[in-house]
Amino acid sequence: MNPGSDRIRYLLPVLSVSGVLILWELLGRLGLLGPLFFPVPSRIAATFLSMLADGEIQANLSVTLVRVFAGFCIGTVPGILIGLAMGASEKVRLILDPIVAAIYPIPKLAIFPLLMIIFGIGESSKIAAIAIGCFFLVLINAMAGVRNISRVYFEVARNYGAGTRQLFTRIILPASLPLIFTGIRLALGTSLIVVVGVEFVSANYGIGAMIWNAWETFEIEKLYVGILLCAALGILFTAILRQAELRLTPWFGHMAYRDLE
Amino acid sequence: MMLECLHLSKTFGEGSHAACVLDDLSLTTGDGEFLCILGPSGCGKSTLLRIIAGLIEPTEGTVQYTGARTARPLNAMVFQEHGVFPWMNVIDNVAFGLEMQGVSRSERYSRSMDFLKKVGLAAHARRNPHELSVGMRQRIALARAFVSDPAILLMDEPFASLDAQTRIILQDELLKIWGDQKKTVIFVTHDIDEAILLGDRVLVMSSAPGRIRDVIPVEIDRPRDLQAESTPRFAEARMRIWNIIRSEVLQSMAGGLP
Repeated sequence: MNPGSDRIRYLLPVLSVSGVLILWELLGRLGLLGPLFFPVPSRIAATFLSMLADGEIQANLSVTLVRVFAGFCIGTVPGILIGLAMGASEKVRLILDPIVAAIYPIPKLAIFPLLMIIFGIGESSKIAAIAIGCFFLVLINAMAGVRNISRVYFEVARNYGAGTRQLFTRIILPASLPLIFTGIRLALGTSLIVVVGVEFVSANYGIGAMIWNAWETFEIEKLYVGILLCAALGILFTAILRQAELRLTPWFGHMAYRDLE
Repeated sequence: MMLECLHLSKTFGEGSHAACVLDDLSLTTGDGEFLCILGPSGCGKSTLLRIIAGLIEPTEGTVQYTGARTARPLNAMVFQEHGVFPWMNVIDNVAFGLEMQGVSRSERYSRSMDFLKKVGLAAHARRNPHELSVGMRQRIALARAFVSDPAILLMDEPFASLDAQTRIILQDELLKIWGDQKKTVIFVTHDIDEAILLGDRVLVMSSAPGRIRDVIPVEIDRPRDLQAESTPRFAEARMRIWNIIRSEVLQSMAGGLP
């Protein structure tokens, strides 16, 4: 890379984003963009600041984050464990695979009404919907993670006398981490979709509820603020996950994988 | 510690898909012997090694270890490549065998460190294997096998994926460590020169199904190094082995694929 390319690497994305915003602002001010559908960025920013000042953002954001966090944890932890078990044991896989295959393709929002009947219209049903969404994604990836481990690693471990427990903690779990992370990344994305979806139909607070209220009262700037918050959450989750991946699986890409039969 | 393999046969699959990989193969190693097993690819030499390691069961025949042994492991295997765990740092990889034996952390680290020094990796103990070259990674595998102090070392073409220079250096290091430890080694390779340089005896296998074609004693003085390769004895052994292998290869080509 030639000198100065680092600066260009940072500069160009900043320029493109600010360019779009400035163009948007200009077109709005010149009356070429209808303010009814496309309010100018400066007005959206002003709305954001006033919502921040009266605590509306914080109230909704915290409620959504708690739901996502709870659902994510409740779904992911058993998803990883059962996925690893299914990857490691053919028996477990034969028993559970048909059940997983049957439930996995159902859109998680489709079962939300059923969950409301079972868990009521409070927090539990919303958290359950997110948990179920996370559960299957992580499970399937954890299972694939174990099944992709190269035979050599198992042979080395067995040759040196590893028992079942050591095989699990020293080989299976670390070697499947890269794909577990893939599952977690997909799960976080799904959590966002599901949480907004369930908040649309059944919530007083939360980003989804905020967007829905903005639509019903036709507060178009608030609607945009809600969408931008969702985007920010997505970016934040991805960044946190990326850091965790770099720390926990710096060797990813340097591993031998099972030959595809 | 001696190893005796009696009438080993191995067939993979069943019925019309059955492939006989090993056919009635018997061998014995002397105590502290360096035995090289040489053969064309697909002759079943890796299968033989895995049977000796107890990783796969023979269809017929037995593997017996004789000689006084206590709790130390019977064998440790060095694999072709990818045998080093990328998720463990260098010293944890080397100490893996000891960890499985239940050796305490401080003891396994100090013992592993000794071997890391022997293979010149002491400075890299805390690094991850992917930061090191392929040659360094095979040194980790060698150190791991030696430090777990097995009765017999099994090596499955450990240097096959190395470049020529690195291979020479590692062969040299292996001979030095083996000279110190006097362990029984069974070393599988398809490289004639490597087999002669390292082995006390070279066992030449025929392919499909694998049988012992010939056993050639290597009467070259130890310690050996690259210079041994320019002696008449070396050349003689090389010609003798090559003649056996050539007739093997020609035969299998004339017979077509099994």
